[in-house]
Amino acid sequence: MRFINQTKASSSPMSNNERKRFPRPKRDWTPVWERRFLVGPKMTPDAEKAKRPEDQMSIFAKRKKTFTLVILAVAGLYLISALVTSFSFFEGIESFPKAFIWITTYLVPNADSLTKLPKILDKLIETAFVAVAVTVCAAICSFFFSLLGTNTTKAHPAIARAVRVIAAFFRNVPDVVWAMLLLFSFGQNVLTGFFALFFATFGLLTRTFIETIDEVSSECVEALRATGASTLQVVFQGIIPSVMSVIISWILYMIETNIRASTLIGILTATGIGYQFDMYYKQMNYASASLVVITIVVLVIAIEITSTRIRKVIM
Amino acid sequence: MDGKRETIEKKAHGMTSTAMTAEAPLLEFQNVSKIYDKTTKALSDISFKVSEGEFVSIIGPSGSGKSTILRCINRLVAATQGTIHFDGHDIGLADKREIHQVRKKTGMIFQHYNLVNRMSVVENVLHGRLGHKSTISGVVGFYTEKEKEKAFEILEKLGLSDQAYKRCDELSGGQKQRVGIARSIMQQPRLILCDEPIASLDPSSSKVIMDHLSDINKTMNITCLINLHQVHVALKYSQRIIGITSGNIVYDGPPESLTKDLIYEIYQSNEGELITDVE
Repeated sequence: MRFINQTKASSSPMSNNERKRFPRPKRDWTPVWERRFLVGPKMTPDAEKAKRPEDQMSIFAKRKKTFTLVILAVAGLYLISALVTSFSFFEGIESFPKAFIWITTYLVPNADSLTKLPKILDKLIETAFVAVAVTVCAAICSFFFSLLGTNTTKAHPAIARAVRVIAAFFRNVPDVVWAMLLLFSFGQNVLTGFFALFFATFGLLTRTFIETIDEVSSECVEALRATGASTLQVVFQGIIPSVMSVIISWILYMIETNIRASTLIGILTATGIGYQFDMYYKQMNYASASLVVITIVVLVIAIEITSTRIRKVIM
Repeated sequence: MDGKRETIEKKAHGMTSTAMTAEAPLLEFQNVSKIYDKTTKALSDISFKVSEGEFVSIIGPSGSGKSTILRCINRLVAATQGTIHFDGHDIGLADKREIHQVRKKTGMIFQHYNLVNRMSVVENVLHGRLGHKSTISGVVGFYTEKEKEKAFEILEKLGLSDQAYKRCDELSGGQKQRVGIARSIMQQPRLILCDEPIASLDPSSSKVIMDHLSDINKTMNITCLINLHQVHVALKYSQRIIGITSGNIVYDGPPESLTKDLIYEIYQSNEGELITDVE
C-alpha cells in the first residue's frame, strides 16, 4: 500500500467540516486512580477550564474529605447496630478462647461415635446426591428456558423480558426462604429440599446461561442462520458446542454450592446430613455431631478438588 | 444433417437462456430502504441489479449501509420499503419456508469468520449442509458419506486438508476465513455474500482469500457480492463496483471508470485524507 497526496499526516475518515463539528475530545490527564474518586456531573470544557486552578488543589482535599466521610459512616453504622443488638466486639473476642477450649474438649469424635459412621455416611451420600440431582435437573431446564431469553435465539422480545424477570425472581429469593415456603405445601421431606434448591439454582443458572449464550455464540449463530439451518439445528450445532465448557464449569460450581446449601436446608426439612447433625447436637451427643462436621468438610474439599481437575481438562 | 440441426438447436437454446438471464437478473433491488429503530436511516431508495456470474464489490465508508444491503438479501435484516428479488423469490413477501430456500442458495462470509470455534474444521465445513438436511439429522450431526467426501474435496482445494481435524480456534485468521469460504461453497449456493472478508487479515492472507473468491466465481460460476474497505482490492478483482455513501448509491459501474474524484465523493473526504493505491 502506498500513501498518496498526504498533505496532512492524519488518516482520519472524517472530512474537515465534520472534524470541526465533532472535535476530538480533549484527553483527560487525570491519573486513573484519582479519576475513580471524582465521579460527578460531567463538566463542559469551558467550565473545566475556568475551574482548573483551584480544581488541581482540591483534588487532594476532595479525596481526603471522601475518605473521612466513608470512615465516619462505617463507624457510625457499626455503633448504631451494636447498640441495637447490644453486641460488644471485645466480649466477642474474649469468648474466643473459651469457645476454642469447648470445641477441643467436646467436639471430638470418640469410639462410640465411630459406630454411627455408616449411618452418617449414608445420610451424607444421600444429601450429596440430592444436590447433584437438583443441579443437573435445574441445569437442563434452565438451559432450554434461557434459550427463550437470549438476544440471539429469542422468539419475541416480550417473552425474552418475561424470562429474565422470572429468572431474577427465582434467583433473588434465597433457597432457605424457598424451603420455608415449600414446607407449608410439601411438609418435612426430601421433596421440599429438592424444590427449594431447584428454584434457587434454576434462577441463577438461567440468568448465567442467557449471558453466556449471548456472549459466546452470537457470531456463529448468525452464520448458521445464514446457511438456512433451523433453530433446533442452530442450538445443537452452534450454541451447545460453543457454550458447553462454560456451562459445565457453572454446573460444577453449582454442585459445590448446593452440597453446602443442602446440609443447611436439611435442618429445616428434617432430612439428610443436616438433620442428623441437628439431632446429635440436640441430644448433646457432641462427639457424633463433630464426626458429621468432619465428614462434610472432607466431602466438600474432595468435590472442590475433583471439579477443579475436570475444569482444567475441559477448558 | 441431424447432428448439425442439434447443434443449432443447442445454440439457439443457449441463446435464449442467456437472454432470459439478461431479462431476469439473479438479484434485483428496487427502491429499497431500511430504517433501524424508526430513526436511523441505513438505506434510502436503493436500486440495482446483479446478473448471474458477476463479481461485484460494494465500497463505501463505515456505517454507509454496506452490511445492511447484504443482510437484506438473506433476511438476516428485513428491509423497511421496496422489493428485493432473488432467483425468483420476492424476499420482502417470503414466508419462513421461502426464506429457508433463499438462505440455502446464498452463502455468507463474515469479517470475524463466525465459525463454531470449539468444533473441528471439517464439522464447520459440513455446517454448510444444514439447510439441506432434515432437522433431526442436522441436530445430531449426521452427514452422508457423499457430503463428507465433498467437504474434504473442498478443503483440499482451499489448501486446508492438513487442518481438517483441528479445532477451529487453533487456526490463523486466514485459515479461519478459508474455512468460512469452504462452509459457504458446501452449500452449493447461487450467490455468495461476503461481509468485509479481508478486513481483519494481513495483506498476504487477504490476497489468498480474494484469489480463492475470484476463482470460485470463475470456475463454479457462483455470483459474488463483496463488501470491501480496500479500494485497490475492489479495483483489482471486481468486474463491477457499487459505491455507496450514507445509504445512497453514488457509483455503479466498471472499475475502469471509477475515478479518483468519484472515490473521494464516495468516502466524502477531501483529497489527501485517503490511503489508497489509486493513481
